Amino acid sequence: MELKIMNNRKLLKNISSHLIMLIVLLVVLFPMIYAIVVSTQTNSEYYKFPPNMRPGTGAVENYIDAWQKGDLGRLLFNSTFISLFVALGKIILSILAGFTFVYFKSKGKIFFFIMILITQMLPLPVRIVPTYMLMSQFGWVNTYWALTIPFFASATGTLLFRQLYMMIPTSFADAAKVDGVNSLQFLWYIVIPLSKTNIAALFLIEFIFIWNQYLWPLIVGNSREVRVVQIGLKQLIDTDAAVSWNVLMSGTVLAMIPPLIILVIFQSSLIKGLALGQDK
Amino acid sequence: MQTTFKSSKWLPYLLLSPSVIIVFIFFIIPSAESLFYSFFRLNITGTRKIFVGFGNFIRLFQDPEYIESLFRSFMFTVIVVVVGLSVSLGIAMIANNKMKFFNVYRTLLIWPYALSPAITGMIWALMFNPTIGVISNILHNLFGVSFNFINNSSHAMIFIIVAAVWKMLGYNIIFFLSGLQGVPAELIEAAIIDGANPWKRFRHIILPLISPTTFFLLVMNTLYAFFQQFGLLHVVTEGGPGRATDLLVYKLYRDGFISMNTGYASAQSIILLIIVAAITLFQFKSAKKSVFYGT
Repeated sequence: MELKIMNNRKLLKNISSHLIMLIVLLVVLFPMIYAIVVSTQTNSEYYKFPPNMRPGTGAVENYIDAWQKGDLGRLLFNSTFISLFVALGKIILSILAGFTFVYFKSKGKIFFFIMILITQMLPLPVRIVPTYMLMSQFGWVNTYWALTIPFFASATGTLLFRQLYMMIPTSFADAAKVDGVNSLQFLWYIVIPLSKTNIAALFLIEFIFIWNQYLWPLIVGNSREVRVVQIGLKQLIDTDAAVSWNVLMSGTVLAMIPPLIILVIFQSSLIKGLALGQDK
Repeated sequence: MQTTFKSSKWLPYLLLSPSVIIVFIFFIIPSAESLFYSFFRLNITGTRKIFVGFGNFIRLFQDPEYIESLFRSFMFTVIVVVVGLSVSLGIAMIANNKMKFFNVYRTLLIWPYALSPAITGMIWALMFNPTIGVISNILHNLFGVSFNFINNSSHAMIFIIVAAVWKMLGYNIIFFLSGLQGVPAELIEAAIIDGANPWKRFRHIILPLISPTTFFLLVMNTLYAFFQQFGLLHVVTEGGPGRATDLLVYKLYRDGFISMNTGYASAQSIILLIIVAAITLFQFKSAKKSVFYGT
């Protein structure tokens, strides 16, 4: 009898937990669902009063409209290219740095280590004006260079790989040395294959971080050739008064997809990766 | 300590050089220049320079617009962090149960993390659009509130606070959940037997045990609230109506890149640097002192 009551209570608690989670999920996902729904409605379906949440029949026209008016093909290509390029650059540079800090004795190591870490304290707004001036001196304004190269260094990544490499059993390097393997071979054949999870985690964080940037591309990326998708959509709002909300929502839905795909693919390394925090 | 490799002298430096060069050119030098320019009045091309000493800083703290923006940013940050963390801890506590589908929930909750603040802004601006937004209509029908973030200053502030909290909600809940899963069930059962009420159990057992998570989220959310709102503001309010949502980074952008007050903007950068330094210092200090990291 008592057991039954206990079980019932447990069941009740379980149901209420699920109920709460479902409500939370609805709140968290609602804006995305809403954007998708509106992106399928025709003008007349959308402007019906009161606002409704019924999927409409205008999806195809809206997406074609957004694609053509918003130049979305180019925008999405730019965002994807820039995010991929920076994420890969950051991964390579921080593996090299992390490896050096762990596997070599050299003078000034600590100095360089601190120098890389200090970037954590220097988010873009702290140095934005001089960095912009530097870009115009280099002739990099409105080129891919300005949107990629300055982001290649990563304190997060360097720390992450350094920590990982310190935990590799010392016997690995000892054995390698006995067998006459040099440091670069050791890096390529042993260390990098061991870094897979961390590479995935860093890739996820950095891809999303770069994709979501706004202030810097607004300042240095204002030509059709290099413009990223958020800036392009904002311009669509500002300049084209004829663009209606449902067409704009098709644009936002398209802009959501690439980072979401990356997120879904690299989910396994997710919590680990997020724990490393947001880069600046 | 790892076994180190012998190598030619220059190899380690060669491997470090890409990172070091990037950091030097794009981080160290521009930051130093920010400091340097903050003592000058100059234009963005740098052709005209007049030394003004601490003039820019004095002007900043006599500028009511800046003082208000500073105050507003702190208020915004505190509210976003406190509300965001309390709500997500509350939800995580309720949901912390050995649940089926836990992984499914976790996966879906994280989705807004992949959403850019600017895109978030566009969708939220539509949801809360005073005439055709679905949420503003619900608010009107259920509570009789005419929510208008376009014309009403306090509504605009509430709007960006809610949007900013929403964006981090799933992220925070996931971290609290994984923190709570680490609290041993026997400990809670022992406390129940000893007669500790739910508040005492929360205050004296759960809270100390999840302090590393809380602390991590505190720092992350503070930096997020302070530095990651530009896209949202630029898309939705452009600092308005009036200056109601003019936060520090937005003001910096206006002064540096719209009004082209390069020296004045650099002085604002230096103030931001001091704020980041303070957050970092707090991070180091309290990480040592008050955070329980387990045995």
